[in-house]
Amino acid sequence: MQKKKIKVGLFIPCYINQLYPQVGIATLELLEKLDVDVDYPQRQTCCGQPLGNSGYEEDSKGICNLFVENFKEYDFIVGPSGSCIYHIKHHFDILEQTPEVKRVRNNAFELCEFIVKILGKTDLGASFPHKVGLHKSCHGLRGLKLGSCSEVQGEHYSTEEDLLNQVRGLELMSLNRKDECCGFGGTFAVFEEAISSKMGKDRVQDHLSSDVEVLTGADHSCLMHLEGIINRNKQPIKVMHIAEILNSSL
Amino acid sequence: MSHATKAAEFNKNEAKVNWHDKALWYVREKRDKSAHNVQGWEYLRQLGSKIKANVLSNLDEYLIQFEANAKKNGIHVHWASDAEEHNNIVNDILSKHNAKKVVKSKSMLTEECHLNPFLESRGIEVVDTDLGERIVQLAQEPPSHIVLPAIHKTKEDVDELFQEHLGTTPSQGNPEYLVGEARKHLRDKFLNADVAITGVNFAVADTGGVVVCTNEGNADMGVHLAKAHIACMGIEKIIPKEKHLGVFLRLLARSATGQPITTYSSHFNKPEDGKEMHIVIVDNGRTEQLSREDFRASLHCIRCGACMNTCPIYRRSGGHSYDYTIPGPIGSILSPGKDLKKHSSLPFASTLCGSCSNVCPVKINIHEQLYKWRQVIVKEQKQPMVKKSILKTAGVVLSKPGLYRIAGKTARFMLKNAPKFMIYNKLNAWGKARDLPEVKGQNFDDWYKKRQKNG
Repeated sequence: MQKKKIKVGLFIPCYINQLYPQVGIATLELLEKLDVDVDYPQRQTCCGQPLGNSGYEEDSKGICNLFVENFKEYDFIVGPSGSCIYHIKHHFDILEQTPEVKRVRNNAFELCEFIVKILGKTDLGASFPHKVGLHKSCHGLRGLKLGSCSEVQGEHYSTEEDLLNQVRGLELMSLNRKDECCGFGGTFAVFEEAISSKMGKDRVQDHLSSDVEVLTGADHSCLMHLEGIINRNKQPIKVMHIAEILNSSL
Repeated sequence: MSHATKAAEFNKNEAKVNWHDKALWYVREKRDKSAHNVQGWEYLRQLGSKIKANVLSNLDEYLIQFEANAKKNGIHVHWASDAEEHNNIVNDILSKHNAKKVVKSKSMLTEECHLNPFLESRGIEVVDTDLGERIVQLAQEPPSHIVLPAIHKTKEDVDELFQEHLGTTPSQGNPEYLVGEARKHLRDKFLNADVAITGVNFAVADTGGVVVCTNEGNADMGVHLAKAHIACMGIEKIIPKEKHLGVFLRLLARSATGQPITTYSSHFNKPEDGKEMHIVIVDNGRTEQLSREDFRASLHCIRCGACMNTCPIYRRSGGHSYDYTIPGPIGSILSPGKDLKKHSSLPFASTLCGSCSNVCPVKINIHEQLYKWRQVIVKEQKQPMVKKSILKTAGVVLSKPGLYRIAGKTARFMLKNAPKFMIYNKLNAWGKARDLPEVKGQNFDDWYKKRQKNG
């Protein structure tokens, strides 16, 4: 008898849906390659994070409930954005904790973590012959614990590095500050414009100084901010989501 | 003025921002190295956190035990419910001794109570004897950091300041020369002081003694030379037993500067023969903070400053941008409890990156409390109309898949087709230093639908 495939609900965060469809496409194609049964619930919108982080958690309950409604049937909910997944896991505590809500919170996974932890795979057969710099997004790193943090005592580990290290031809570059925040921070990027831009500029400079050709990460909101700075200053770095690299066979 | 406005001001001098950031990052890296060399560091943090939680749950009993033991040792104990009462108590003690000259070692509590201006207006000279504090005192500025009060000043700044106030000769910021001159200047103040005021790092309930940590020995020097010692402490400085110093002294200096221990850990257990020792125990809003369940743990703080050194926003905005006695992440969760309106921009001066919580030696969940303060502030403070209406509208649109599809299409259409001057203008803070994302031909929804159709 054929083993029943894992049923995954693909969560494409709102800004990725609207602005970075290629990231959504790479995520879907990658999951399909990994032999899971992927479905994209078409009534999905957002996780509510932009409201929660701005202090409008109360007004986000409708969004959170819709999310649960859309995703309650799946074995796993997988999305290419650490901060959105973090929001679901940690801030859906504002909803009544019904079995559905609890299930959705427990089963929501950031893409890399799902591949490494749940599917147990690191070599996805990708090839990407470039010098790559990894931006570890704070919500993924310190929130979801996708890797060890420089502040915390303990063995080094990194979910994204485990995957990138298996990509043919890819050279992972070492950064001066391995896990400093990029300064995006949602509405922080607009309401604290000066600091946000300066933080982004400093992060980009670290990648430039480390000979990085392609800057990647598991959270495209950080990458959107960093790419905005790179494009404005016409700097020689390409920005790609980690799903795009893992889905490459150049 | 909001944090963002002050931070933008600080950022006008990028070279200075870079210097400030690097100086504090250096301290943060020193902290990492020194902390990670201690076997069981994370366990030590856990222990520190749990002892503090125990203290806060039994604060009434520990305080009374502390008072009784201190009195047994011949120490006068005073209680102050707020800053005014604290200042009056200190002033009364000074009057009794007919004191006109006071030396003070580092005490964030007396900063919080604005003791210096209070005493100065009564004709008393108060000299801060910690070098960094003396520098900001001469500059008539508040400290910009709780452990490194003058970290916003370069050595060249200090050179100029000393020329003006201490009559030094220009030295192009020669640190050795400047420290030597400061030493001479302070030595004179120590020798002539009537009373010494110190802060308190730890007040030990089972001995009734207090511990003050300094690197310059200025607390000892002041106390030993003056005829009376006044130690001022917040109610949360209590630890149950002397042996718990073994936890906190190991945590404090490593977290603060990466030193294994401060150069001086001075134990003051009773007055010297023929001298007086006073302890002033201050509430000043702490009990109220203790009553707020979500924010209670902020009172674990042992004032090491590690959250400031690691905070990427603090490092690039400077301590004065917070406009509160305790700046940085910890100040941003303490200050709204004191004055919600005045400090309502501080919990938003963060990306919620969580590095502060990771370095905190007593495991305060700082970034989670920042998130929680934001919810409180939006409910209780009037919000800017634009921000409010955008977010409220987003709450509705994003809860309705149909509306969301239309809004998404419109936004993408505008981004793609509107003329550049409409998009990049003063109203668009994003576009000041960053380009907006390039809009692709279709969104993921469209692509997915087409793919489904084509099977």
